[in-house]
Amino acid sequence: MSRQAPAVRAAEVKKINVELFTLTYGSLVAQLVKDYEETNEINNQLEKMGYNIGIRLVEDFLARSGSAKCQDMKDTADVISKVGFKMFLGITPTISNWSADGNEFSLILDENPLTDFVELPPEHQGLSFSNILCGVLRGALEMVQLKVEARFVKDALKGDDTTELRIKLIQKLQDEVPPGED
Amino acid sequence: MTSSTPADSLFEFLHMEMVDYVLRTMPNASKDDVYYKLEALGFRVGQSLAERYTRDGPRLKDQLEVIKFICKDFWTAVYKKQIDNLRTNHRGVYVLQDNKFKLFTQISDSKQYMEKAAPLLAFPCGLIRGALVNLDVSCIVSAEVSQMPICTFTLRITS
Repeated sequence: MSRQAPAVRAAEVKKINVELFTLTYGSLVAQLVKDYEETNEINNQLEKMGYNIGIRLVEDFLARSGSAKCQDMKDTADVISKVGFKMFLGITPTISNWSADGNEFSLILDENPLTDFVELPPEHQGLSFSNILCGVLRGALEMVQLKVEARFVKDALKGDDTTELRIKLIQKLQDEVPPGED
Repeated sequence: MTSSTPADSLFEFLHMEMVDYVLRTMPNASKDDVYYKLEALGFRVGQSLAERYTRDGPRLKDQLEVIKFICKDFWTAVYKKQIDNLRTNHRGVYVLQDNKFKLFTQISDSKQYMEKAAPLLAFPCGLIRGALVNLDVSCIVSAEVSQMPICTFTLRITS
């Protein structure tokens, strides 16, 4: 095993981690398509899986980013895009379309590593392929006391001009201070 | 690339959730059925990965080259390290040992978790088998954990 890997391979190694992830996710969605007939049910399952990932992932995120507590939703949106997405998916979505009350915004995904090499199956045109991201955001934000609703309102896979993920703050949950602590 | 290390953890999270999904949606299935389903998921991914990965590289001349490719390049790509030890009986059985298997680094090494490790090995076994089939080597892959986080994969060539 002493032969040096050619330079081409070395460059491929860095890229492959994204590919491993993308292909694994694709394989999983393909399985869900086999397991469920209803497109909506597939979307729900993906969201649910994302939620489970989100509640685990937030710890990893906080440990790595050392991110301070966000002051408002603007702050939160910034951290989600520039730190969270950047850290885990290597992309930085654009933040836009704020609602007047500042509780709702969109993340525009110019590129989406989840959907590389993907075409929607004809019988599931309503499939929200990247729905797992909605769940991840819902789960992760819930762990930092923000109850949100996240959904895709535009999806390039369905022929829209961009992919737009809408996040709406439903409620700020109370900080639970363990008894006996200030 | 700063994003590469955390992305590893994202893959681990996805893998864990995939295992949980199969376990919770097949509550009455036998261990074999659960294993088979996860293995099939890995198989598909392994096939595509090997295809992408060898497209621009030099041709792999024989079986041993293919196995070395798996131990070195493929393992590094997927798990960020090489296989620590490769043994063979020169009659179509290869034993690959990883002394710090990536998917176990988050799991406690006490005995009680060893049993839980079985479904976690299905996807990686499928991954290897898929990659090998794509490189024209059919085999049976099994994995064994005698002590966390050491994992050995046994490849029995069938072609």
